Amino acid sequence: MQCQICNKKTATIHLTEIADGARTEMHLCEECAIHQGIAAKSQVSVNELLSGLLASQPSDEELFGPSDVQKTCPHCGATLNHLRKEGVLGCPRDYEVFEEALMPLIERAHNGMTRHCGKVPSRLAQHSKVAVECSRLRQQLHAAIRKEDYEVAARLRDQISQLEKGGGS
Amino acid sequence: MKLTDLSGDISEWLSGAGPMSDVVLSSRIRLARNVAGHNFVSRSSSTEKTQVLETLKEVLLSIELGDERFYIGIDQASDLTRNFLVERHLISRHHALAKGPRGAVIARHEFFTGMINEEDHLRMQVLKSGCQLSRCAELINRIDDLVEQKVEYAFSCRYGYLTACPTNVGSGIRISVMLHLPALKMTGHLEKFLNATKDMNLAVRGLFGEGTEAAGDLYQVSNQVTLGISEENLVRDFEAKVIPEIVEYENAARQKLLSDQPEVLDDKISRATALLQNAHLISSQEALFLLSHLRLGIGIHRTLGVTTPAIDRVCALFGDDLHRGNASIVTINRLLMLTLPAHLQLNHGQVLETTQRDALRAKLIRAALSGSS
Repeated sequence: MQCQICNKKTATIHLTEIADGARTEMHLCEECAIHQGIAAKSQVSVNELLSGLLASQPSDEELFGPSDVQKTCPHCGATLNHLRKEGVLGCPRDYEVFEEALMPLIERAHNGMTRHCGKVPSRLAQHSKVAVECSRLRQQLHAAIRKEDYEVAARLRDQISQLEKGGGS
Repeated sequence: MKLTDLSGDISEWLSGAGPMSDVVLSSRIRLARNVAGHNFVSRSSSTEKTQVLETLKEVLLSIELGDERFYIGIDQASDLTRNFLVERHLISRHHALAKGPRGAVIARHEFFTGMINEEDHLRMQVLKSGCQLSRCAELINRIDDLVEQKVEYAFSCRYGYLTACPTNVGSGIRISVMLHLPALKMTGHLEKFLNATKDMNLAVRGLFGEGTEAAGDLYQVSNQVTLGISEENLVRDFEAKVIPEIVEYENAARQKLLSDQPEVLDDKISRATALLQNAHLISSQEALFLLSHLRLGIGIHRTLGVTTPAIDRVCALFGDDLHRGNASIVTINRLLMLTLPAHLQLNHGQVLETTQRDALRAKLIRAALSGSS
């Protein structure tokens, strides 16, 4: 089947749209589909992914109101617009400054995960280590509940509450 | 330390040692780190970049690694040097092409590289031949601990190690395993394999060439998720599940080729042998394509313990003991690396035109396949 737009290449993307009870079908080649904004390139660089994801979110005004669009990181001077153009963040503080805008992207890039539960620098204060350890245990707890392994879940729950008590003291 | 000390031979990470080395060429673990109190590289001034570069360079050269190290200023290096380092996987293409003060600290035996001012201030990697991810993880973790004693990393309890791109945030770990998957391609199962990896949140790309058309049937499989999963779990998952499954899949495809299409297999191996033995001009792409068929034949013999007339002829060329077959795989790995453009030029001592390179490459391959070695 040939692409309906260029009539040259083979259609590899088939789109069925049902709107108001009417069904329309489109058959496009990858190139035309990308051009039409229907398909994403099969091989995208990480930076393209970032700019793409940021750009595919609702407009900045819709999300954060005009004040957030104007928001500038006090540390590196980056704005959301910079991040979108450059595809990378300007400084570590951007994670807090643009947290709302970044959160959907982080979730999407990390399969829904939003909390670190890996290695912690040894120079970090004890309470920070406890926080990361609790995230790790919570994740194991969710996995145990999913597997209906309630014995393990109960043990993990106790471990977490003990750590939190100890960590808070 | 001169680069020609390295360029004459293959890197240790391609030596054919380590588990599952017929299919798994190498294992790599990379960590992305940034120095606290500084902008990320993209928003750093040249002065700030130089400051970070000097600090990290000094740290990486001084930590106890058990191997001699050398530093290369990538911003001052020639194109040939940069390409050579990319071909040996010691720096990324991004690092080679970036701008501004940047460098790399490389261990003499190439198992470790620290790239400074790549996308992040520090990208450290450990590379080993075959499937040796636990060993890589152990080493990189120890090196990371040593660096961390001297440098404060940008870290948050919520997001972990803070990286310039949020796709690396968390552990900042990227596991990459280099695989040779010719039989999956020949039996038409590659597409299925690629779809399965997508479902597992893995990224697959060709090692050379663009897109899914991987030259030499060499692929790199890596994790995409770096947040919300511990380094240990990720490494365990790769080593105990992901990689053995892919290897099994490739070996099943090799079995299938042998049982269903032995004449197709032998035809490919024989044609590849004949072309490589007789060609006087050979491009890098063609060499990779043909060497891949020879590598497949030797792999079948080594792993599955089966041979065919074409495979016998290939092994005999390398004077291999048919019951071990190690020399053959090393020779092929060696040719895969030494016939790459920058390697050819560095070993020849001058920059060469494409045709000159093609002639030199063909000569090198003919000599290796002359049967007198």
